[in-house]
Amino acid sequence: MFRDITLGQYYPADSVLHRMDPRTKLLATLVYIIALFIADNPAAILFVTACLLVVIAMSKVPFSFMVRGLRGIVLLIVIAAVFNLFLTPGHVVFHWAFLSITKEGIKNALLMTARMILLIIGSSLMTLTTTPNQLTDGLESGLHFMTYIKVPVHEIAMMMSIALRFIPILIDETDKIMKAQMARGASFDTGNIVQRAKSMVPLLVPLFVSAFRRANDLALAMEARCYNGGEGRTKMKPLHYAKRDGMAYLCLAVFFAVVIVLGVRF
Amino acid sequence: MKDVKEKKQHDNIIEAIDLSHEYVQRDEEGNVERILTAVDHVDLDVWPGQFISILGHNGSGKSTLAKHLNALLAPTGGSLYVDGKDAAKEENILPIRKTAGMVFQNPDNQIIASVVEEDVGFGPENIGVPTDEIWERVEKSLKSVGMWEYRKHSPNKLSGGQKQRVAIAGVMAMEPKCIVLDEPTAMLDPDGRKEVLAAVHELNKKKGVTIILITHYMEEVVGSDYVYVMDQGKVVMRGQPREIFSDVDKLKSFRLDVPQVTLLAYELREAGLDIPEGILTRQELVEALRMAAGED
Amino acid sequence: MGLRLEHVTYQYSTGTAYEIKALDDVNLEIKDGQFLGIIGHTGSGKSTLVQHLNGLLKATSGTIYFNDENIYADGYDLKGLRTKVGMVFQYPEHQLFETTVFADVCFGPKNQGLPEEEIKKRAEEALEAVGFPKAQYDASPFELSGGQKRRVAIAGVLAMHPQILILDEPTAGLDPAGRNEILDLIKSLHDRKGDTIVLVSHSMEDVANYVDRILVMDKGRPKYDGTPREVFRHYKDLEEIGLAAPEVTYVMHDLKKAGFPVDVDCTTVEEAKEEILRVFRAKQAENN
Repeated sequence: MFRDITLGQYYPADSVLHRMDPRTKLLATLVYIIALFIADNPAAILFVTACLLVVIAMSKVPFSFMVRGLRGIVLLIVIAAVFNLFLTPGHVVFHWAFLSITKEGIKNALLMTARMILLIIGSSLMTLTTTPNQLTDGLESGLHFMTYIKVPVHEIAMMMSIALRFIPILIDETDKIMKAQMARGASFDTGNIVQRAKSMVPLLVPLFVSAFRRANDLALAMEARCYNGGEGRTKMKPLHYAKRDGMAYLCLAVFFAVVIVLGVRF
Repeated sequence: MKDVKEKKQHDNIIEAIDLSHEYVQRDEEGNVERILTAVDHVDLDVWPGQFISILGHNGSGKSTLAKHLNALLAPTGGSLYVDGKDAAKEENILPIRKTAGMVFQNPDNQIIASVVEEDVGFGPENIGVPTDEIWERVEKSLKSVGMWEYRKHSPNKLSGGQKQRVAIAGVMAMEPKCIVLDEPTAMLDPDGRKEVLAAVHELNKKKGVTIILITHYMEEVVGSDYVYVMDQGKVVMRGQPREIFSDVDKLKSFRLDVPQVTLLAYELREAGLDIPEGILTRQELVEALRMAAGED
Repeated sequence: MGLRLEHVTYQYSTGTAYEIKALDDVNLEIKDGQFLGIIGHTGSGKSTLVQHLNGLLKATSGTIYFNDENIYADGYDLKGLRTKVGMVFQYPEHQLFETTVFADVCFGPKNQGLPEEEIKKRAEEALEAVGFPKAQYDASPFELSGGQKRRVAIAGVLAMHPQILILDEPTAGLDPAGRNEILDLIKSLHDRKGDTIVLVSHSMEDVANYVDRILVMDKGRPKYDGTPREVFRHYKDLEEIGLAAPEVTYVMHDLKKAGFPVDVDCTTVEEAKEEILRVFRAKQAENN
């Protein structure tokens, strides 16, 4: 199950999207998410989907890789769809016992499902094409103005990039700890909620101990390599906008305008 | 007298005199409960370009000693000079860390970035190297450990040995004179162990980087110029590998072993065969047995 | 009796470009009382194989029989199987979690639903069997040395009274003396109670000194299976799959090449010493 999580994972490839400035991608993702909220009719959703497919094709990330990110939240999507399907009042098209499906319900369920899938795929597209370091570089420079109000932007960015690097390692470790405890007869999936919460202790204690040990080791390793906070640091990959970023902003503006028009018109 | 001393500090890349480190354990009220001496009056002198090994069982103080060489710990007694710089002085900490890079045991816990090349660039970024030069250094150091083709990979997809080579490249990119490796192979399989050791020997031979290898694997020590053996914070044996390995019983008393070939030669010698002490390789053993057989 | 694997295959990421066959049609029988060493380099499938033996991983195809019962049959008690086929993982840090050593060892028997008295009795016996000092029963498992942690982890599994004990790389990260102590302990468990033991390792030299039988894994398949002597005869092929015979095996082959009439089938320093001395004595007798 843990192997399927793609959010926050980088897929190495050489594409326009990979080379694009992370600030562009961050802003684009933000605009894209807003667009998803505006797009509340089939035409707009279809347009967004089409645009997303084009961008995915440009990214050179295999499509299967993105769909895999959905597996983790399939249940969530199904539940949301079911709720929408049965609980939306309106024109009844199907009725059985106390359950009734309305025309509006079907429309809402479909829209909801489409939006959630688009949301997940769209945002994982950003993390798949942007290394965590670029991502945090983008955030760091995009949010640089906040240092003036004493927000430790560099430190937060560094923290995020390290967290992202360690997610796969900790997931792997969780898997190993679960197996080690299951080998001693522990079970994590039976009993009532209290028993289940209790059964997490043998998993969480070793996981925390290990995470703290790793944090300690890492701090030492960073110090050994002369890390001294953000001051006086140079950048291996300094951010600068290229022509493609200008193009991207242009496309983004057109995209957003179309979505607004479609969202308002229908 | 003073002049002699100073000259010596400049010749040696590492010079420790009576170096000690004590951990003071305090109870809740802040009273001293007990004092642990992790490093106990250690003398070290390392010449530029040497390959030095420090042997010792777990808890012998070898890792604590290693952390001093990179100014991660300050000595509580004695003195330590790294490339002529006094490690007790606050202002020398960063210069010392640039001179003596450090590679740690756990390959996962020392790689900071999610792409190999970005990790190698981390050190140069920290010391303010200009962007163009960072790229040059990253290329040079990744090539020097044979990891250049993996520059775009995620460290998570690499084997343990490859991760350690990336870690070594990360240190090389800071252009140190000396690299301290603290049990770099303890978590690796035999292949990974060989790979890392070969990379380290190559850096020593081709780039003239001084190497200080801390380990408890006896086989890894065979190729070094000089060996220190530590036990309970003290240096208990020092010499060339051959001298060290000729005293099997003494090594065993320090919870250490000797390589199988050396052990076999030692046992044969004990059983009365006429072969020399401190045999290190198969070839030497076969040759010695030939001689012994010929003399009969 | 014992464990029997028939045509066991394990694939993951099935149906994607990343499809990997971690186990490929494995047939294997582990009889009661055996001391088996499983060797292979990283990624050879050795760890995946042993995780099948106690049902932590389920084969994509094939069957596993424990005491002649199919463990994949409907209604088979997999949780029960895990207590009968005990498994100690590579890093004790992955299983130690209680506040005291003693409580940690009690965790397994507690999960078996045993009465309080019996749990305590078993924990004490297990800690005694691994030679853990009684004075430290109340110590925190996190403050122990690497070797001591390893002992507690083994005791934690022994306390469930498994019929088969599997140890995955039990000596990783230990210093030479610590490594010998743990291997001697495992050997003593085998000798004293005749326990069936499976030892997973990548160190040929460790394994050669202790086990009766070696299984060499390569690319998800058993490549060689036999006594250490038999397996190490293939020392040249072993090198090709990233393994090596113990150093003494090479010495004996070198000696043979140099004209010494030695028997090359030696796998431990002790055996090699006896063999070389035998040759030298024979020569001496001849000369006299």
